[in-house]
Amino acid sequence: MAKMTKEEVIEVAHLARLAITDEEAVHFADQLEAITNAMELLNELDTENVEPTTHVLPLVNVMREDKSIEGLPRELVMKNVKEHEGGQVRVPTILD
Amino acid sequence: MKLADKTANELQELLHSKELTIAELTEATFKRIQELDPKVDAFLALNEEQATKQAAEMDQTDAGERGPLFGLPIGVKDNIVTEGLETTASSLILKGFNPIYNATVVDKLREAGMVIVGKLNMDEFAMGSSNENSYYKNTKNPWNLETVPGGSSGGSAAAVAAGEVPFTLGSDTGGSIRQPAAFCGVVGMKPTYGRVSRFGLIAYASSFDQIGPITRTVKDNALLLNAISGHDEKDSTSANVEVPDFTAALTGDINGLRIGVPKEYFAEGVSEASKQAVKDALKVLEEKGATWEEISLPHSKYALSTYYILASSEASSNLSRFDGIRYGYRTEKAGSLLEFYMNTRSEGFGDEVKRRIMLGTYALSSGYYDAYYKKAQKVRTLIKQDFDKAFENFDVIVGPTTPTPAFKIDEIIDDPLTMYANDILTIPVNLAGVPAISVPCGFDNGLPLGLQIIGNYFDEETVYRVADAFEQATEFHKETPQTWEGAAQ
Repeated sequence: MAKMTKEEVIEVAHLARLAITDEEAVHFADQLEAITNAMELLNELDTENVEPTTHVLPLVNVMREDKSIEGLPRELVMKNVKEHEGGQVRVPTILD
Repeated sequence: MKLADKTANELQELLHSKELTIAELTEATFKRIQELDPKVDAFLALNEEQATKQAAEMDQTDAGERGPLFGLPIGVKDNIVTEGLETTASSLILKGFNPIYNATVVDKLREAGMVIVGKLNMDEFAMGSSNENSYYKNTKNPWNLETVPGGSSGGSAAAVAAGEVPFTLGSDTGGSIRQPAAFCGVVGMKPTYGRVSRFGLIAYASSFDQIGPITRTVKDNALLLNAISGHDEKDSTSANVEVPDFTAALTGDINGLRIGVPKEYFAEGVSEASKQAVKDALKVLEEKGATWEEISLPHSKYALSTYYILASSEASSNLSRFDGIRYGYRTEKAGSLLEFYMNTRSEGFGDEVKRRIMLGTYALSSGYYDAYYKKAQKVRTLIKQDFDKAFENFDVIVGPTTPTPAFKIDEIIDDPLTMYANDILTIPVNLAGVPAISVPCGFDNGLPLGLQIIGNYFDEETVYRVADAFEQATEFHKETPQTWEGAAQ
């Protein structure tokens, strides 16, 4: 049985770019431990000679002719941007 | 004139005979939504102004140019992007997001002449089985407003069950069309993976996600799948296979059909009422000339763990795009770039989404990749092989859609594992990628139960034929919930 510690949750949250308080980390640790323990059920199965499935259909690379097509107009692309200026996305200052 | 219980064909007859115009139908639809949605809470954004304008224009179109869905109202799950109509996937992180293009399925609805009336509530990013994970509101089950409609396409199923719209689109990653369809007593189809383009579907788990129709009858369901299916060069995983006319499969003839009934779908945790309803359904199908045998899908019990490892892993990657830079929610608290990302995402995502992102990040992290992710991919192969083997001898596989009928709001929201177990009978289908439908097959204490019919790859036709034969022989689909009583239109 894997034990999920508060520290591990904080580390995983950091990798996933999620801010997390100590209190939340304890809460998530309990839940994620229960979930990962349930997942250990898979260890019952011998899968040594089984091929992994990444996709259920036989997929092949899809190629197209290398020709340029018109992109979306800049004005339209900026429609959901919080702040923009001169056709550029404006973000908060993060460097002094 | 009562319109809420009419099928597509019946509505077309009224339009054709000029007893009804598209403008009147659209107006009646919004009236019913205004009347019932304060109770059911199925809809998020409404498209009333656009739809009303479109409807008036469409009334000018000659009868000869109208297809079977022309002028009929439809609601769309809120993880499918609609140009100019707010699309949030029920998340705060996409509040106010105004798509600049349509999903391929939305373009196809427009080509078929359907009138999009609004967007439907769901569990945030399609993660959940009760609609309680929506940032905006809890949708209620029209059969009992204290119970959940299921999820994640809970708004889509509830809107159809309440008679607010005859058609909706949902999406199904681990049961998100079939489970709410079962809970709400309506017909929900998850097509074969690749049958319908995912372009413009906000990605949760890309190797599982599939868009599908929710309706009150099997025939209407087949009509809508006709309209949205087909290869799309914008989705490289959409299958380049011929799309048949699914309604042509509804012959009513299932003589000689071979049904496999997996014993694992009647295991511990599946309620007596669900089991009994399926046994009764098998008798109905037998009377129509089908035969059934007990079979085994031996790896079924591993499906839940396999799914949550793989789907969460894919989600952790897919949802990394929400960073607050180009669209969506943006934090006010940013000292550094890292803090900007972390605060934006923590404030913008709900708990279940965070849980799955963390679970996926954990399963993909070095040291755990082989033990979790790769192991699960291998077990996925075994589960797929169970189905391949069964379909060598059987035309369809039949069982309950869910272990129980709808549960009460707030009953299990704090217990993720119990919530996940809701999808124990629907998840194997997504792991294999085969098509499956849920149709109403009974009631338990006034709450609907669903019959799940699973077919072989790209054989939605047989699934529909069996579902239609069952529907023709039973009355469950004609029952309406108490929310209908006294409602106008």
